[in-house]
Amino acid sequence: MLLINCPYCGEREQEEFSCGGEAHIVRPKNPPELSDDQWADYLFLRQNIKGLQYERWNHSFGCRQWFNVARNTATDEILAIYPIGTKPPKIDSNDPITPCGEPQIGSGNFSTSKK
Amino acid sequence: MIKKPKKYSVFSLVRNALSYHENWQPAWRNPEIKKNYDAIIVGGGGHGLTTAYYLAKNHGVRNIAVVEKGWIGGGNTGRNTTIIRSNYLWDQSAALYEHALKLWEGMSQELNYNVMFSQRGVMNVAHNLHDVRELKRRWNANRLNDIDCDWLNTEQVKKFCPVINTSQNIRYPVLGATLQRRAGTARHDAVAWGYARGADAMGVDIIQNCEVTAINVNNGNVTGIETTKGTINSKKIGVVSAGHSSVIAKMAGIKLPLESRPLQALVSEPVKPVIDTVVMSNTIHAYVSQSDKGELVIGAGTDGYNSYTQRGGFNIVEDTIMAIVELFPIFSRMKMLRHWGGIVDICPDASPIISKTHINGLYFNCGWGTGGFKATPGSGWVFAHTIANDQPHKLNAPFSINRFSSGELVDEHGAAAVAH
Amino acid sequence: MRLNNNKNINQKKQINFIFDGVKYLGYEGDTLASALLSNGIHLIGRSFKYHRPRGFISAGCEEPNGIIQLENGEYTEPNRRATEVILYDGLIAKSQNRWPSVNFDLGAINDLLAPFFPAGFYYKTFMWPPKFWKTYEHFIRHAAGLGVSPKKEDPHKYEHYHYHCDVVVVGSGVSGLYATKIALAKNLKVLLIEQESEIGGSILSTNKYNNKINGQSQNEWKNKILDELQNSKNIKIVTSTSLFAYMHYNYLLGIQDIDPNKGKRRDNSIRQVLWKIRAKKVILATGSIERPLTFNNNDRPGIMLAGSVSKYLNGYGIELGKKIIIFTNNDSAYQTALDYHHHNIKVSAIIDVRSEVDGDLPTLVKSLGMKIYSGYIISDTSGRKKITSVTIEKFREKYPTNNNTEVLTCDLLCISGGWSPTVHLFTQSRGKLKYRNEDSCFVPYQAHQQTISVGSCNGFFDLKNILEDTYESVKKFLGENNKQIEKIEVYKAEAIKIGKQQNTWLVTGKDKINKSKMFVDFQNDVTAKDIKIALSEGFQSIEHIKRYTTNGMATDQGKTSNVNALGIVSELTGQDISNLGTTTFRLPYTPVTFGAMAGRYVKEFFDIERTTPMHEWHVTNKALFEDVGQWKRAWYYPQNNETLNEAVNREVKATRDSIGILDASTLGKIDIKGRDVSEFLNRVYTNAWSKLEIGKCRYGIMLGDDGMVIDDGVTTRLGEYHYLMTTTTGNAASVMSKLEDWLQTEWPELEVYLTSVTEQYGTISLNGPNSRKIVEFLFPNQNFSNENFPHMSFKKLEIDNVKCRVMRISFTGEICYEINVPSSYALSLWNKCIDIGKEYNITPYGTEAMHVLRAEKGYIIVGQETDGSVTPVDLNMDWIVSKKKYDFVGKRALYRSDTIREDRKQLVGLLTTDPSIVLEEGAQLVEVETSLPMPMVGHVTSSYHSPNLNRSIALALVKSGISKKGTKLIVPMLNKSVEVEITNPVFIDPKNERLLA
Repeated sequence: MLLINCPYCGEREQEEFSCGGEAHIVRPKNPPELSDDQWADYLFLRQNIKGLQYERWNHSFGCRQWFNVARNTATDEILAIYPIGTKPPKIDSNDPITPCGEPQIGSGNFSTSKK
Repeated sequence: MIKKPKKYSVFSLVRNALSYHENWQPAWRNPEIKKNYDAIIVGGGGHGLTTAYYLAKNHGVRNIAVVEKGWIGGGNTGRNTTIIRSNYLWDQSAALYEHALKLWEGMSQELNYNVMFSQRGVMNVAHNLHDVRELKRRWNANRLNDIDCDWLNTEQVKKFCPVINTSQNIRYPVLGATLQRRAGTARHDAVAWGYARGADAMGVDIIQNCEVTAINVNNGNVTGIETTKGTINSKKIGVVSAGHSSVIAKMAGIKLPLESRPLQALVSEPVKPVIDTVVMSNTIHAYVSQSDKGELVIGAGTDGYNSYTQRGGFNIVEDTIMAIVELFPIFSRMKMLRHWGGIVDICPDASPIISKTHINGLYFNCGWGTGGFKATPGSGWVFAHTIANDQPHKLNAPFSINRFSSGELVDEHGAAAVAH
Repeated sequence: MRLNNNKNINQKKQINFIFDGVKYLGYEGDTLASALLSNGIHLIGRSFKYHRPRGFISAGCEEPNGIIQLENGEYTEPNRRATEVILYDGLIAKSQNRWPSVNFDLGAINDLLAPFFPAGFYYKTFMWPPKFWKTYEHFIRHAAGLGVSPKKEDPHKYEHYHYHCDVVVVGSGVSGLYATKIALAKNLKVLLIEQESEIGGSILSTNKYNNKINGQSQNEWKNKILDELQNSKNIKIVTSTSLFAYMHYNYLLGIQDIDPNKGKRRDNSIRQVLWKIRAKKVILATGSIERPLTFNNNDRPGIMLAGSVSKYLNGYGIELGKKIIIFTNNDSAYQTALDYHHHNIKVSAIIDVRSEVDGDLPTLVKSLGMKIYSGYIISDTSGRKKITSVTIEKFREKYPTNNNTEVLTCDLLCISGGWSPTVHLFTQSRGKLKYRNEDSCFVPYQAHQQTISVGSCNGFFDLKNILEDTYESVKKFLGENNKQIEKIEVYKAEAIKIGKQQNTWLVTGKDKINKSKMFVDFQNDVTAKDIKIALSEGFQSIEHIKRYTTNGMATDQGKTSNVNALGIVSELTGQDISNLGTTTFRLPYTPVTFGAMAGRYVKEFFDIERTTPMHEWHVTNKALFEDVGQWKRAWYYPQNNETLNEAVNREVKATRDSIGILDASTLGKIDIKGRDVSEFLNRVYTNAWSKLEIGKCRYGIMLGDDGMVIDDGVTTRLGEYHYLMTTTTGNAASVMSKLEDWLQTEWPELEVYLTSVTEQYGTISLNGPNSRKIVEFLFPNQNFSNENFPHMSFKKLEIDNVKCRVMRISFTGEICYEINVPSSYALSLWNKCIDIGKEYNITPYGTEAMHVLRAEKGYIIVGQETDGSVTPVDLNMDWIVSKKKYDFVGKRALYRSDTIREDRKQLVGLLTTDPSIVLEEGAQLVEVETSLPMPMVGHVTSSYHSPNLNRSIALALVKSGISKKGTKLIVPMLNKSVEVEITNPVFIDPKNERLLA
């Protein structure tokens, strides 16, 4: 279970939070002018990154505030927390070397960590 | 030269026993990679292997490579709770899963490999009036779609599965259940191995420890893949890499409506037979069956965030066990023996994508979420058809990626939220 | 009689227990295993597949054989490892997987048939005839499984315990105790966890002749340091607690067994506690596990791990044999020879694979006159229920050979194939391992979290190195400023020369694999032959081999078998183990009771029960309840044995005829304030809100951005910048959080504040033509005429200085007043309404009558008429979808090619041709009956008997339904088909005359 440092309340167990998915997807200002494909892009398509992902979290069983988190989805490490409406920070993360590969940490077994 | 595999039977077992088991031959080859293939399947899980198998068997395409990052069947094929059923609500899903279920019914004989498909029935339990309404809707739809399905009242539930707690004084009492008797479980690894053996015998090259690093596209046509073992060329590439679908799609510049989530499962220590069916409850989130080895096989829910770590939070496991103990108080003293996680890619409408893409020759089969295992043979069947004909089979036409633009979703979230 | 021992076995405290129906005697401090062994019981069970007689091989959690069924009735527990069961008075245990008894087991026939059950044999047979699989499977299932599941509810309780600390030390052997002392010196809050009931780890297996720490025996040292530690205010020590999971961010999980001797075993007390620990740093001192050697018939009772034999001797004071042989490939087993020597038992032979034996221990053993067969192996053993002899021969460099063999008799064979560091938790934390070839073990290499491994789990096996490594690495791990640490006593031990280990994975040799029974996984009966077959069939990955042979998948999770299997694969394929890798070390390290994982969250605590302020009244008045989300809502109020239908008919009729009263407190209520609320509502609802006057109410439908209905409800403008939104009961929380999401992340420019007030107000809904009489009585100075208080308006009123919000809104189609009152007054006001209403036959009604009433009027319920695939247009509610607004949530999606289709499923009414038939909710509709599969055109969403119309009514979603009114459809049910006609969904008062009266 993750340990999340809520910018308003401090470190709390993940169970108090809910994840709102990929961050920095802005709702289009001109929906009537968009094609079905463009609307689908906003509504459904996601980067679903393996590695450094910027995402939204809500302290739903706490202060109910939303904030952004930079997390490595290949290791679950939280690398930064920053306010809604601000630009994502630049971060060095331990991304996998190959797109589908594993990061340079142990995996619970010995064979896949060698790569 | 492909050697036809020796047939497995009681006689072959005896023969081999008498020769001290010195003469077993490999179930599949460890082939040299060729430069060119007629089709490449990315992903050596159940769906990938069945795709290759049916491409070879139904469509005569035999010059196929299945490339697998790790070992075949090592992804969600070997990590699921092996539940097989076809009692889906919408016509489109029901038809697809029922096609798969029929293939399961003849699979062991077709493959000459015992996948231990055990039709011990799947019960979906209702715990409130909303559940009853939704499950009856599904039951009625199943009936008219010619999918076997019974409605059981509380007493009939107890009779069919005596160990379930049907006391009406529990927090969410059992109000009834649907029962699909033809549904059941199977030995998940055997499905991968059986299809691998069958595909291999028809000439399919199964290449393990071979990770795809790029998809080569030229003028809107796919030309091949780059892998950790070099370039492999083909004009048709089918991607069946659950968990990592978005990552592979990105190599071709495609964005998918998927999120990859941890999904956990566990087994108890083995005990003598105690529960003879599969019990599923969406409302309190519990599902359980007992494997032939005697272990209770229990599936937990997905975590609420994306992750490729094959691990989830223990709170999710606790929630599931609470529900199990609530529904089966006698299991309180049983013990969790082994726990694991997989990566499932989840579609917004909880239905899969089996589809062409805007790149010629590139096909995706993904988004099975938490329930892909049951579809394994059907998924491969229709995907092979799609790849061979560059046209979807009628069963997977509704599962095109275009539905997210048109809005023609196949919403299989089961019970919608309770409200009034 | 017990010899002197480290565990302080209390021979004054005898304990009676029963195993397989026979009474035995043990002592306080015993485990079930030690007590059985001291009674000479070696044969403890039968193996999984071949039903071979098996005895204990170890003294700890790695035990693959010694598993039993503990207790009976509701207290029974399958598959307990006897090596971990603390003995208590009256304990009852049974052997497992045997019939009729462990001594005479009919299943043993399988052992003779073993050649026909190689790895994977299930996959190759039982396929014909196809229908017979169910029969085959029946027998396979009954043959499989070990113990028996309880059949009764668990009387015991379980607790969850949350703990936060600076440092967790896992394991209380030499390095664990030392690390704890160092951490305490730094004034850190430390939790020391020990898996066994007693502190000491491997120290418990030593005696005063073992290597010393600062001149003291290890046990003396342990007692002294333990005294010191216990005096610290910063430490907590827990024993009998197995740390079974190491997850993200140093989140650790442990399972604690409450000492059965402390309470009554057969009661409803707390049996186990699940520890949930967050630690800043973790020190793993989890020790190591000895490996068996793989040779023919290496599984007989009386063949045990050498280290464990020492533990039974020195820890428990039990001599396990008189005629002892040791078989080893390393120096550690010589300690067992010495241990027995100190009790005046001479080990009769030591068979050592190594041709050169030059370590200090072997030299000492040799000098004491014990016979060492250097460069020899054991090629076979005999003894049916306990070992009686071994066959030895010279170790061979080449195969095959025709060595001379020699038979030595014995009653105990101690084996040692080297030691595997217990790296399970380290790898679970995603630390990396490396393989060390010289003693063939995986050792921690790179940590991923704040953790270190010390002692033998870090690959150090001699005392001097363990002490030095622990001191240096713990000091470094705990950070700068080590002045406090430097003050503490530094512990040292003498150096001992250890001879090189010789890794011999297949002792009996490759050539004989297929003709011999060399067990690798004892519990799952996996032999070296099985591994060879798997390899020859193309299963190359170690994960495939594991799954094909089931090696390492038994209840011991391969603690003694995983590395051996790797070694065998390595030897058979010629690959380095370091290239093979390991299978994944999964949680849990030791099995965990379901009940402990569920903790107290069972039965009444399984989920929160939310009740309204009037709940007690409903209970008193015999309401039955319906679960709606977590809420308990009154479903109906049967009187005098009424059935559901009778009660509901009465409630519905009374409401339309006079007055009904409903507890509507569960509806979600969101208090909304701010300058931009009307703009906000314009964005989240489909209709226009700018012109809503103060004191007026408006109905709204909320969509997702996919255009599908997610909620509906009435919002009231209470003041200039103050609104009250109501939501459906089930969606209150999700609507609230979605609205917050929009405000905080998408529209921060809007000044809008949301507060959930669902539980702050009780809501009393008065419905029916006489409802006005009640409110007139309640608020005598108010004018409730249509002109003064029309439908969809609101007034702030007071009763006895209690402020009320009264809305004239309706979900029944009758005149209705909803009174919102602070929760603490709600019950009293409810009683008042009932009192006043008596002369009008005021009738409380529940959710079922509410459903009927609203269906008569054609009002939808979100989640019943909708299912996430329904737009407001589908509901024939175009009137509520603004055409003028440029945008609102969900608008764009309403114009996608699929959502503008005209043949979508649309909401209609249904009337059965036979008015007495009430359709089943969820029933499907067809145009014509065909053979199966039958094309369906829609389904029944709601269906009731309407007492006001005296016939059945239904709502349905039907393909192109709106344009098909008057058309007949068929509902094909199980035994009959019902004809229905598509109608308008409003069955009562289509002109709203009653509503607006």
